[in-house]
Amino acid sequence: MTSDTLIDASWLDYLLVAIYFAFVLGIGVMARRSVSDSIDFFLSGRSLPAWVTGLAFISANLGAVEIMGMSANGAELGLPTVHYFWVGAVPAMLFLGVVMMPFYYGSKVRSVPEFMFRRFGTGAHLVNAISFAVAQLLIAGVNLALLAGIVHALLGWPIWIALVVAGAIVLSYITLGGLSAAIYNEVLQFFVIVASLLPLTLIGLHRVGGWDGLTDKVTAAADGAPADAGVAPAAQQLESWPGQALSGFDSPLFSVIGIVFGLGFVLSFGYWTTNFVEVQRAMASNSISAARKTPIIGAFPKMFIPFIVIVPGMISAVLVSEMIELKNGGSPEGGASGEGVAYNDALLLLMRDVLPNGLLGLAIAGLLAAFMAGMAANISAFNTVFSYDLWQRYIRKDHSDDYYLRIGRIATVAATVIAIFTARIAMGYDNVMDYLQTLFGFFNAPLFATFILGMFWKRMTPTAGWVGLVFGTLSAVAVDRVAAAGLIELPGQGVAFLAASTAFVVDIVLSVVVSLVTEPKPAAELKGLVYSETPREDLVDPNEASMPWYQRTLPLAGIALAMVIVLNITF
Amino acid sequence: MSDSTSDGTSGSRKAGAFDIRNIIGALMGLYGVILVLAGLLGEHEPDKTGGVNANLWTGIGLLVVAVVFFGWARLRPIVVPQDVDEPDDDPTRPGPRRKRPPVT
Repeated sequence: MTSDTLIDASWLDYLLVAIYFAFVLGIGVMARRSVSDSIDFFLSGRSLPAWVTGLAFISANLGAVEIMGMSANGAELGLPTVHYFWVGAVPAMLFLGVVMMPFYYGSKVRSVPEFMFRRFGTGAHLVNAISFAVAQLLIAGVNLALLAGIVHALLGWPIWIALVVAGAIVLSYITLGGLSAAIYNEVLQFFVIVASLLPLTLIGLHRVGGWDGLTDKVTAAADGAPADAGVAPAAQQLESWPGQALSGFDSPLFSVIGIVFGLGFVLSFGYWTTNFVEVQRAMASNSISAARKTPIIGAFPKMFIPFIVIVPGMISAVLVSEMIELKNGGSPEGGASGEGVAYNDALLLLMRDVLPNGLLGLAIAGLLAAFMAGMAANISAFNTVFSYDLWQRYIRKDHSDDYYLRIGRIATVAATVIAIFTARIAMGYDNVMDYLQTLFGFFNAPLFATFILGMFWKRMTPTAGWVGLVFGTLSAVAVDRVAAAGLIELPGQGVAFLAASTAFVVDIVLSVVVSLVTEPKPAAELKGLVYSETPREDLVDPNEASMPWYQRTLPLAGIALAMVIVLNITF
Repeated sequence: MSDSTSDGTSGSRKAGAFDIRNIIGALMGLYGVILVLAGLLGEHEPDKTGGVNANLWTGIGLLVVAVVFFGWARLRPIVVPQDVDEPDDDPTRPGPRRKRPPVT
C-alpha cells in the first residue's frame, strides 16, 4: 500500500460524513429544545406509524453485527451465512410480532429485567439484571472495536488512540442528544446504509463479472486453496443448505439440525424476542396492531439485507488481494485492527478497492452511524438497567429523580471506559461473529428458555426462574470452555450453536424440575404476564378487523413467511 | 415547506418539515445532488468501478428516492393533534435534561 491509511478519503468524503453528523446532531438538538410540537408528538411515545418503527427496529440491529460480522462471515464461509437472516431472524421476528408483542405492549415494561421482576420476583430479576448489564458491556466493546477499526483505517492512528477517540465520539453523541431522537436517526441510518451498500454490491458484481463470474471465481479459489487453509469446498460456499461450513458439522443431517435448532430456534428466538433494544422500538408505535406489525414489517427488508452484506463479503474474498491471501492461509499485513488483515476487514477493503471518492464518503458515513448507534444503544441499555434495576432497587432506594439521573450519567461514562477494555477482547477474535454468537449463547439462550416457559406455563415458580437462568448460563460457559480446551472440535460457529442449545435445554429441564417442588405465584398476579391468565381481548387490537388485509398482522406475517421459504429454496 | 402550519379550524396541524419523510427526503436529496455533481465534474475512476460512473448513477437514484419521500409526505400529510403530551425524560435513554419552558 502506498499510503499509511487503509482508506484514502478526500475532502468530498469528509463532506458527506459531516453532512450526516449535522443531520443527526441537529435532530437531537431540536428534540431537546422542543422547537416544534410535531417533534414532541413523534417522540412522546406510542404515536409512530408501523413502517417507521419497523425500519427503526431493523436499523437498531443493522449495526456492527450485521454489516461487518455478516460480510466477514460471507467472505469466510460464503452463502450459508444467509441462515442468520432467513432461518436465524425472520421466523423469530414473525413470532415476536404475532405471539409475544401483545404481552410487551400491554404490560408497558421498560426493560427485560422489569418483565422478569413482575413474573418471577427478586431472584430472577437480580440474576437477569446483572447478566444483562454484563452482556451490554461486552457487546458495546464489539461495536467500539469496529468503530475504532474505521477510525484507524481512515486516519491511520494507533489502535489504542483510535479506541479512546471512538469512545469519546460515542459519549458526545449520547450527551448531545442523539439518543432522544434515536428513532429518527435509526430510520435515516437505514437509508444511508442501503444507499451505500447497494452500489457497493452492484459495482462489485460488475467487477467480478456478475453472479456467474462470482460463482466461477469462488469455485476456482476454493479448488486452488492449499489444504491446510481449511477453506470450505465451493459447493458448500455457494449453496445455503446444508451449510456444513457454517455449523462445523461434517454430517449434512446434523448440520441442518444444528442450524434449525441451535441458530434458528434457540439463538435467534432468544435474541429477537428478549432484546429490548429492539423491542423498545415497537413500544413507540401508535397501537397494539402497529406494535405487532413492527417486527413483521421489519422482516421484509431483513430478508433482502443479506444480498447487500454477504454478497459483498464473498466478492471481497475473490477480488481484494489481501483477502485472497488470507483465505489461502496467509497472514497479510495491515487491516483495521493494525495487527494483520482479518475477515472483519472484508467490507472495508472492498470499499477501498471499488468505491470512487464520493460514494466512499457515503459508505463511511453509513458505517460510522451504524456502529455509533449500536454502541450508544448498548450503553443506554446498560445505563437503564444499572441505575433503575440494580442501583435503585438493591443499593439506594427512594432518592430523587435527579439523583438517579446523576447515577445514570456516571454509569454512562464508566460503561464507555469499560467498553474500551472489552473491545480488546473482541479484537482477539478473527471473525467477530464467532464472538458475538458465543455471547448470545451465554446470555440470550437461557433467558429465552425462561421467558417462553414463564409466559406459557403458569405453574412455573419464582425459584425456578432464577435457578434456570443461573445454570443455563453456567452450562453454556462450560461448553465454551470445554471447546476452548480442545475437547470438542467444531469449526465455524458450531460451538456457539451447541453452547446455546445446551443452555436452553438445561434451563428448561431445571425450571420444570424446580417448579414441581416449589410454590408458584397466585394466578391473580399473572394477568398480562402469562398467556392463559390474560383475557384474549387484551391481546388483539379491536380496530384491526376493519383494516384492509395488507394492513393486518396475520396476512402480512403469512406473506413474509412464504417469501422466506421461497428464498430458502432458491439459494 | 412550512413547519407546523396551523389550519386553525379543525384544531390540528400538519407535521411539515419535521415529518420524518421530509427529513429522509432532505438528506437523500442533498446526497443525491452532491454525488451527481461529483459524477459530472469530479474525476471519474473507471479502474475502481469497472467503467461505470458510480457517483452519477447513485446520485440519480438518491434524487429519485428523495422525490418519492417528499411526494409521499405531500400527498398523505401526518396530522398532529392540538394537544400533544410532552415527552418525558425517558429513563431508558438518559441524557441531559430537556430544556423546555415551564408549562403555564
